[in-house]
Amino acid sequence: MEWETVIGLEIHVQLSTRSKIFSGSSTQYGAEPNTQASLVDLAMPGALPVFNENALRKAVAFGLAIDAHIGKRSVFDRKNYFYPDLPKGYQITQMDDPIVGLGEVEIVLDDGSTRTIGVTRAHLEEDAGKSLHEDFEGMTGIDLNRAGTPLLEIVSEPDMRSAKEAVAYLKKIHSIVTYIGISDGNMAEGSLRCDANVSVRPKGQTEFGTRTEIKNINSFKFVEKAINVEVQRHIDVIEDGGTVTQETRLYDADKNETRSMRSKEFANDYRYFPEPDLLPVEIDDAYIQDVKDRLPELPDAKIQRFKADYGLSDYDATVLAASRAMADYFEAVVDVTKDAKLAANWCMGELAGQLNRYEQDIADSPVSAADLGLLIQRIQDNTVSNKIAKTVFEAMFRGEGSADEIIEAQGLKQVSDSGAIEAMIDEVIANNPGQVADYRSGKDKLFGFFVGQVMKASKGQANPAQVNDILKSKLQG
Amino acid sequence: MSLDRSQVENVAQLARLQVTEDAMAATVTSLSSILDLADQLQKIDTEGVEPLSNPLDATARLRPDDVTEHNQRDAYQAIAPSAADGLYLVPKVIE
Repeated sequence: MEWETVIGLEIHVQLSTRSKIFSGSSTQYGAEPNTQASLVDLAMPGALPVFNENALRKAVAFGLAIDAHIGKRSVFDRKNYFYPDLPKGYQITQMDDPIVGLGEVEIVLDDGSTRTIGVTRAHLEEDAGKSLHEDFEGMTGIDLNRAGTPLLEIVSEPDMRSAKEAVAYLKKIHSIVTYIGISDGNMAEGSLRCDANVSVRPKGQTEFGTRTEIKNINSFKFVEKAINVEVQRHIDVIEDGGTVTQETRLYDADKNETRSMRSKEFANDYRYFPEPDLLPVEIDDAYIQDVKDRLPELPDAKIQRFKADYGLSDYDATVLAASRAMADYFEAVVDVTKDAKLAANWCMGELAGQLNRYEQDIADSPVSAADLGLLIQRIQDNTVSNKIAKTVFEAMFRGEGSADEIIEAQGLKQVSDSGAIEAMIDEVIANNPGQVADYRSGKDKLFGFFVGQVMKASKGQANPAQVNDILKSKLQG
Repeated sequence: MSLDRSQVENVAQLARLQVTEDAMAATVTSLSSILDLADQLQKIDTEGVEPLSNPLDATARLRPDDVTEHNQRDAYQAIAPSAADGLYLVPKVIE
């Protein structure tokens, strides 16, 4: 039977506020345990939450970025459950009146086609602390630094039909939240976390199959793998005559499998009710307009502008605009070089390649956009060939200096002195009489061989255009 | 609407409350009578009435995004039943 996959994602985005959503504690990542946990975060009796305006502002910014309905009146609720890293015994979240209502984003698939994915809602809530199970005999250690960090939970419609679409959607959300600067989007530090709801149904059927929820998949790669392995598990269970149980499962990246997280005696029953410690939040049109006025250019608008202003292809524009950091870098290179196509090639080629090789983020690139711009200028003024420039770039990336310093120190300047090039060509012709005779008797393909010999003799530094010209006339004899 | 014993046991379990055997019958009866009152309220026509999320006629006061709390871990952990290496310790929980 042919199966159709149905996926919905719940994405938790940590908002990059300085202080927590309901207390004045710092949200800085990586501090000593419990040094950023105040009385409110510890749930001491009598301590009351006060809502952080910046968390509200960031949530509204996200809503505007996806053309969503903004809840002018939103209400916090309590979600009740017991776990030691949640000292109050409930999480403050939003149930019936979230800050962001129905919206949508467009994703681009590998084949260039686009799909619209619905965003059901996005609501504000507080993060829980961390539990450390390993280090203490018979005890669990609790670090409440993260407790109370503002989260925006973005819930999608069950609109995705493959793991690839889910990854494209997750990347799109990642791109939007980092563009508008509401989160650093650092998945390794848990700033963006993803749960996937997965089900399968026979192709053509309208009702959904039973879904399972895969928790906390924390990289783009694992999202795709976890969903694929879970989809296959569903199909296997059904084709073996069984039924899928609705449950929460955890993805084990080492074994590439999902496993049931807890065999619940009781179904989740969170007994939501309005949070009596917080009043409803009301915002007016002026507030929303103010947030709107401060929104930066969004990815889709940037792609259009890159195509129109720089004449970039759809593909180049999409790749370069995918992250705000890359887009800003690219534009800074164009600023120096005035050649968008060349800048695009270098950003997407050598720069992306080296960043990938050293597993570095563009924000930490050892070569600044201005430095890369200067190197490209050396190609433009014929100081170095494109090929030599790549060698120079690698050295720049290793921190060996600026483009000019490296070209000077390693003697990489292109040889454009026609006398020197002629001398090298004469030598190559003299050393290869057989090939010369063959070439002259019609074996045109040997031209490449001579170019190679000359470039080798010049250690790659001869100006390729000049080599071509001079070689051609000399070989004609 | 009347609660039965198993519903009360379930709610007690969710709230981590221990209801002793002696108190069970009385708890079932008194919780049921609270729900009976709620049933009575349910009969009122509320068509067109906004749900009330807070009885106060006021909206939230917002706080500027400033760090105002500073590290007082030692003071807080002095009254904790158990702490080590800066962590609060609780009986082992494993998912």
